[in-house]
Amino acid sequence: MTFLIQQTLLYAVPLMIVALAGVFAERSGIINLALEGIMIFGAFSGVLFVNLSQKAGFFVDAKAAGDWVALQGFMILAMIVAAVLGAIFSLLLSFASVNLKADQTIGGTALNLLAPALVLFFIRLIANQNTLQMAEGDAASYFMIKKSFFGYGRSDEMGFLGSTFVDKTYLATYICIILFVILSILLYKTRFGLRLRSCGENPQAADSLGINVYKMRYAGTTISGALAGMGGFVYALTTANCASTGDVAGFGFLALAVMIFGNWKPLNIAGSALIFGLFKCIAASYTSIDINGDGIFLLKEIGISQHFYRMLPYLITLVVLAFTSKKSRAPKAEGIPYDKGQR
Amino acid sequence: MREKGSNLWEKDATKSVTASLISIVIGMAVGAVIILIVGIFNSNLGLKGAIEGIRLVFGGLFSTGRDSAGHLTFGFNPTNMGNMLFRATPLILTGLSVAVAFKTGLFNIGAPGQYLMSTAVTLMLALGISTDHVPAPLVWLIAFLGGILAGALWGCIPGLVKAFLNINEVLACIMTNWIAANLVTWMFDGSQFRNLVENTKSGYIYKTSFGLTQVDGVWTYVDGKGVQTAKMGLDKLFPNSQVNGGILIAIVIAVLVYILMTKTTLGYELKACGANRHAARYAGIADKRNIVLSMAIAGALSGAAAALYYLSGNTEFYWTSAYQSLPATGFNGIPVALLAASNPIAVIFTGCFMSMLDIVGLQMTNLTAYNEYITDVIIAIIVYLSAFSLVIKLMLSGRRKHKVAAAAKPAAPTDPPPDTGAAEEKGGEQA
Repeated sequence: MTFLIQQTLLYAVPLMIVALAGVFAERSGIINLALEGIMIFGAFSGVLFVNLSQKAGFFVDAKAAGDWVALQGFMILAMIVAAVLGAIFSLLLSFASVNLKADQTIGGTALNLLAPALVLFFIRLIANQNTLQMAEGDAASYFMIKKSFFGYGRSDEMGFLGSTFVDKTYLATYICIILFVILSILLYKTRFGLRLRSCGENPQAADSLGINVYKMRYAGTTISGALAGMGGFVYALTTANCASTGDVAGFGFLALAVMIFGNWKPLNIAGSALIFGLFKCIAASYTSIDINGDGIFLLKEIGISQHFYRMLPYLITLVVLAFTSKKSRAPKAEGIPYDKGQR
Repeated sequence: MREKGSNLWEKDATKSVTASLISIVIGMAVGAVIILIVGIFNSNLGLKGAIEGIRLVFGGLFSTGRDSAGHLTFGFNPTNMGNMLFRATPLILTGLSVAVAFKTGLFNIGAPGQYLMSTAVTLMLALGISTDHVPAPLVWLIAFLGGILAGALWGCIPGLVKAFLNINEVLACIMTNWIAANLVTWMFDGSQFRNLVENTKSGYIYKTSFGLTQVDGVWTYVDGKGVQTAKMGLDKLFPNSQVNGGILIAIVIAVLVYILMTKTTLGYELKACGANRHAARYAGIADKRNIVLSMAIAGALSGAAAALYYLSGNTEFYWTSAYQSLPATGFNGIPVALLAASNPIAVIFTGCFMSMLDIVGLQMTNLTAYNEYITDVIIAIIVYLSAFSLVIKLMLSGRRKHKVAAAAKPAAPTDPPPDTGAAEEKGGEQA
């Protein structure tokens, strides 16, 4: 059970934060199909930052001395780098869709094509292979929170809550959850959030009240890019051992599905991200899931092909969308370039 | 054509071609700049390596390797030409697939999935039917049609959910892509079609040149007993290349699609749905039926792409152990269609252009320390630019208006109108 909860959180949290990234863009009126590309780019920049810092000799002393607080700071720095570069990358989308009034779907697709190409081009030049890893050590030894940090011995028990939510977890997961809460409040309870949402519903009305629609759309997409970039790095860190391969396995698109399933509302998104995280977790590690703790790996015993479990998240998405699409209510002005002269 | 006597520059087609050419030039220029910057900052490459890289980006199709002194040499290279035509075959068809959907107002990003499903069915039919019992051309035809059918059915899924449940077709397409990826791996994993003769790697499927035949009473796969697309004399024209008659079939299909879209009632109805779905319904056109039909045609075209690619007999399908990644050919149909402004005839040229970039990428990997992903970067930039090709077009007409206004008093416009035909050809072969 502990394993199941931990694994589900690992997959659900990046999904949740990237889906929120989608909400910020779409609520301001821009369809951000580029989430996948921005994730790939963010993952690459975060991993590159870690790799280069290690090569430059930073944080080596901290690792040798076992100073885990400094190492957590290192990870937070990498997350910030990923967020900043993700935001910069997303400017390509906002420039095309706000200033040039381009087709947002095609612009997003271009970014989705650009990110893996650019990332693989550089990875191949830097590492001479198709994967960029940490220069030394692995994600677990560097960034994972372990019970020994809190003075527990190897054989000490931390209790159910401790061993589920503290031991062998990543701080990044909790930072994302806190950010999710803060940004949801920002979107719903502040003046800025209200203005942003109004630009996605009726930009003409918003403009007539003195809100700068272009600025708001830039803000929405940039926040979206930052969150997606960070989410991409968190995904690479927690599920791919801090390695970048120019691929996040369609996670950005799953996040879009989560967003639509969650009806563009943060609380629903958190719930649906947990469901999708569970299915992703089953797909990734169904052979070692022991639900009731009796030593029998039920899903493995059934003997269904692994490919079926891998297919499941996407299949479920499609089925779920089929049942919920009638009720879903997208922001009214999303995907429509704002033209001041239009009524 | 409609306005008699208007010069070529004013025509929409000319503007489209010019906008595409501008996208191509900017895309390649940005690629060159990236190569230059990377070259200067990378001690392995230096300025000399960067300049070689840039020369290859623009002239990779005519590269003939290096001479004994280590300098790049250029000249007519029939192998590159033939391989370009071979790789253009699936790109033209996936480009057509995306273009047909565009005309109906749909964005078919599901081409990779349709391509994969067709791959599976084509290979299973071609390898499953023994040429001992059925004549080889018939087996080829069955496999080809089977692949098309599989693609069409897979394309129907996003069409159906879009028409009847109003699910965004982009999302539905992406989900069906990943479902197809896993489904195809599942179908092949552990099947009898895995190549156990030639490859020690797991996850390779027999080329279709292999065929099922009885050796000493045991059914085994033997090379040369299978089916492959007829060469139609093209191998004489381009020796040492993979080219075959598939390119001719692709061109014929492109012309057929052009006729379908411009000369038939069905084509008109599809375009009417694309222009305004609600107005089309008001005019008595069955919009839901047309959306499904458009996606089915798109799927069939993607299916034909995969069928022609794998039936050539010298390509093999494989997957990695983790999961099947989505084929780039499917995604590259998007830039092919965008550059061609969804015109089926122009798709032939832009498809050739895209496959030329492929060849350039290969030459980059073989001859320099750069890698083939730079051409993917160039393609992505071209897609990005074609997202606002409308803006480029507006800019073009805006500039023209100024010129006309300025030139109105003294005399008629002075600069000669560019020739459409030549410009279009440039769009395809420009290097």
